[in-house]
Amino acid sequence: MNRGGFLPIVVVVAALACVPLAVHSDLVLNFLVTALLLTLAGQGWNVLGGYGGQYSFGHAAFFGTGAYTTAILQTRYGLNAWPAFALAITAGATMGAAIGALTFPSGLRGSYFALVTLAFAEVLRILASVAPVTGAGVGILIRLDPGLHALQFSSRAVSYWFILSLVATALVATRLIERSRFGAWLVAVREGEAAARALGVDPTRVKLTAMTVSAAFTAAAGCFYVQHFLFIDAPIAYGPWISVEALLASIIGGVGTAFGPLLGALMVKTLGEAAKLITGDAPGLDLMLYGLVLILVVGIAPRGVAGIGVRCRTWLARRHIRAGGSTA
Amino acid sequence: MQLSILFPAIVNGILNGALYALVALGLTLVYGVLHIINFAHGALLTAALFAAFYLYLIFGLDPYIALLILTPAFFVVGYVLQRFVIGPFSHGDDSNTLLVTLGLAVIIENGLLFAFRGDTRTVDLSYSFAVVPFAGMFISVPRLVGFGGAVAVAALLWLLLTLTDTGKAIRAVAKEKLGAQLSGIDVPHIYALTFGLGAACVAVAACLLIPTYYVNPHVGNAFVLVAFTTVVLGGMGSIPGALIGGLFVGLIESLCGLYLGESLGQIGIFLMFILVLLFRPSGLLGARA
Amino acid sequence: MPNNRKRFTRRKFLRSTALTAMASATGVIAAPSLLRAQGGAVKIGFLQPVSGALAYSGQQGRLGAAIAVDEINAAGGIKDVGKIEALLGDAQSTPEGGNAEVEKMNSAGVSAIVGGYGSSICLATSQTAARYDLPYLVDVGVTDAIVTRGLKNTFRFGPGFGVIAKTALANLVAINEAAGKPAKTVMIVHEDSAFGSGLAKLLSEQLPVGGFQILETIPHPTPTRDFNNVVLKIKAADPDIVIPANYYNEYVLLARTMQQQQVRPKAAIYSVLGGAASSYKFVKEFQQAAQFIMDCNHWFDPRNAKAQALKSKVEAKGQFFTYEVYLNYSCTLLLADAIERAKSSDRAKIIETLSTSTFAGHVMPYGPTKFVNGQNQGAVPTNTQVIGSDIQVILPEAFASAKAVYPMPRA
Repeated sequence: MNRGGFLPIVVVVAALACVPLAVHSDLVLNFLVTALLLTLAGQGWNVLGGYGGQYSFGHAAFFGTGAYTTAILQTRYGLNAWPAFALAITAGATMGAAIGALTFPSGLRGSYFALVTLAFAEVLRILASVAPVTGAGVGILIRLDPGLHALQFSSRAVSYWFILSLVATALVATRLIERSRFGAWLVAVREGEAAARALGVDPTRVKLTAMTVSAAFTAAAGCFYVQHFLFIDAPIAYGPWISVEALLASIIGGVGTAFGPLLGALMVKTLGEAAKLITGDAPGLDLMLYGLVLILVVGIAPRGVAGIGVRCRTWLARRHIRAGGSTA
Repeated sequence: MQLSILFPAIVNGILNGALYALVALGLTLVYGVLHIINFAHGALLTAALFAAFYLYLIFGLDPYIALLILTPAFFVVGYVLQRFVIGPFSHGDDSNTLLVTLGLAVIIENGLLFAFRGDTRTVDLSYSFAVVPFAGMFISVPRLVGFGGAVAVAALLWLLLTLTDTGKAIRAVAKEKLGAQLSGIDVPHIYALTFGLGAACVAVAACLLIPTYYVNPHVGNAFVLVAFTTVVLGGMGSIPGALIGGLFVGLIESLCGLYLGESLGQIGIFLMFILVLLFRPSGLLGARA
Repeated sequence: MPNNRKRFTRRKFLRSTALTAMASATGVIAAPSLLRAQGGAVKIGFLQPVSGALAYSGQQGRLGAAIAVDEINAAGGIKDVGKIEALLGDAQSTPEGGNAEVEKMNSAGVSAIVGGYGSSICLATSQTAARYDLPYLVDVGVTDAIVTRGLKNTFRFGPGFGVIAKTALANLVAINEAAGKPAKTVMIVHEDSAFGSGLAKLLSEQLPVGGFQILETIPHPTPTRDFNNVVLKIKAADPDIVIPANYYNEYVLLARTMQQQQVRPKAAIYSVLGGAASSYKFVKEFQQAAQFIMDCNHWFDPRNAKAQALKSKVEAKGQFFTYEVYLNYSCTLLLADAIERAKSSDRAKIIETLSTSTFAGHVMPYGPTKFVNGQNQGAVPTNTQVIGSDIQVILPEAFASAKAVYPMPRA
């Protein structure tokens, strides 16, 4: 497993942080904000799916829980946006722990696990679409109140820095996990639960912890979504779209790598915009191109973009060996 | 709840369930053999519905007759997709197969949107509104045919898998891929064949669905989750399981809809889904995990 | 519809799809011949969900706007300002998609944006546009929250929920009284998202005040695969009036299932913002199931010659004359007028002229145009009924083309 350092993270985050200083186009900034939002959601998915090997199809459950909690706390209970944000992340993490506690002891794995997470997300979606507390079908609208006191950003640059700080936190956290014993256990569970158990690791405990952390990240993404768009309803909060996009970004970027979700999100979003640019206004044509490129990318880079890095290094190392050098 | 509503609701549920079973048959076969979750299943259903629609519009072909053309046609489509697109591009990795089928779904759905616009289309057949009075309710004839169709297709598939050599090869690959390969079975060919069968089932489902439903580029999505639930309930890879599972899912949906309302009632399907996965993941008739 | 397929030969099919494909590939939609005035003097963004679940409505909306732009440019553009350069955006039926398009349009320097269609999309897009003081003209989006947020840039030409529900109820009471009050009990069947739930809530509050008794309110998801159970409940409750509020597909399924199960409410099917109830497409394809269905919905002014001309134009293109078309057409004309009065493409000036607009050159049967907090006070819905093979206006009487057939005749 890659045991990278923190320096790459610092470099990347610093570089990204400088973008609004050089680029003043709100168009680009908005694009990046959307990409980072996706990154954060993907980073959550990646902890459980990439490092833990448990592919979830229902991360919307955490996205939506974060989103709704912060929305409800602000609109119904008049709580300030900042504590609401923090509480909502906790709520999301709790949902993760709850779902994990229900599913992991049954030993559900692979596709079964993926499908059960999907089912949980759907249950939540249906409940949210009828429950009065979530505004039922109408959804929840947060009052427009631009200013940092309400965690609403009148400046795109500021909102960009905010989401970047969240992504940076997740990157650091992911790296910490990678380098910790917990991370080693997590990978051990991914590579083979029986063997991990034989080594004294408790797979259920490990997976549960991973799920909780994973849910917290994705819930944060949900909270940010609400602060950005000021509106949430059941299909947005708990619909399959965010589950699919989170896993898409992570897989394309490279599962089980810290930068995977970031790379993947940027690629996926760029592809979407590029496709629109190329194909013009015809409905559906841009998405067809998108799907096509997706398939091609998977075909060419099966381990994701970050995986290309690994393959390059391996290829270079092999050449080095053949040329008579060592692999030091 | 009055009995006068309860009994017809049960019948409705079973008739709907037959349709779910038809859609799920293809899915369970593909999962049971290829062990992939086919994201493109809904899109294939949509494509089949469009095909049936245009055969009706241009050639005046009744959907029940179009069935005879579309089933082999979609078999070929499925075979080609698996053999030359999904298989090669996935490099055998499950998560990649997921993405490839996802990409396919996006292409198919938006291809249909691009070519045919987003209009909702329906076919109006002489028997679209034909009903059979039964115990105080009117049962739609096309839906009865759908029920019969589901049973027939399930039976045919089961016979195919049990009695023919190809079927045995398929089952062998499903059970033990490496062993089957070593025995000389051409695994990529079997995979493609299975996917083709799955697509063929979807074509049948479309032809039986179209008299009472409508067609637009997003129509298949409404059936995907319910099809997955059916597959899980019946047991992944089990044909009789998909049939019984479908009927059961339809029944649950109907009863929950009756007591909880159509919106909240949908929760019944997914709660059942979760309960089955937690307590009996092999499903009703699946192989013991 | 037994014979419509005979007119649709294979040649026509091939030609239409090939044409669509070719035309689309060159960036021009075949259906409306959109004149993208190269380097027009004023850029206007037209945002519609042309892909995703709302694709049909988005495409119809684009059509209406495109025809308006064509007409304006063909007449030499906006007086003293110049021709319109239309920037088309696809909201992809989601708020994020809509948002991204607004950012693009803003970057491209549009003077205003028209469209959005869906309420949740409009909420997000108008808000984003507000950041740039970019005038935003909502075409359909009925949720009242759109115009109650205090956003100076947001305008809505058509009516919102509140007005629609009030009018619908008042008209229902009037129709009922005119026939000697044969109806008392009501059942509401609505789709469960923002549009249906919001409307159902308002109706539930107001119907009892109007003297009606609500037997049951049935929400259902979009999409719903089967309405048999819903129809069973209707049959069991046997209401005088059924009030549906849902989108086209579900409306069609509901109507067909009711016909199949031979369930007819005693007095009427009175839909409010019914997805198909006042749709020419629905009437053409399901004439029997559509008979006598009433709707309180967006409708064009049948006395208006421009409206009739537009109708002919749209039908000549082989499309149906749906509300998205004439609402977007009207909005585009309204905007062009505001730009003309502003004598410039400056955003702030346009917001100014929009808010003082008294534009009467539209095709809607509204009262005098007057924007208060961005909402056009003159906007009202119209009551229609399907009689025979056509949709007739039954209220307001000023331009009614037929008397309401109420209560519905026995089957």
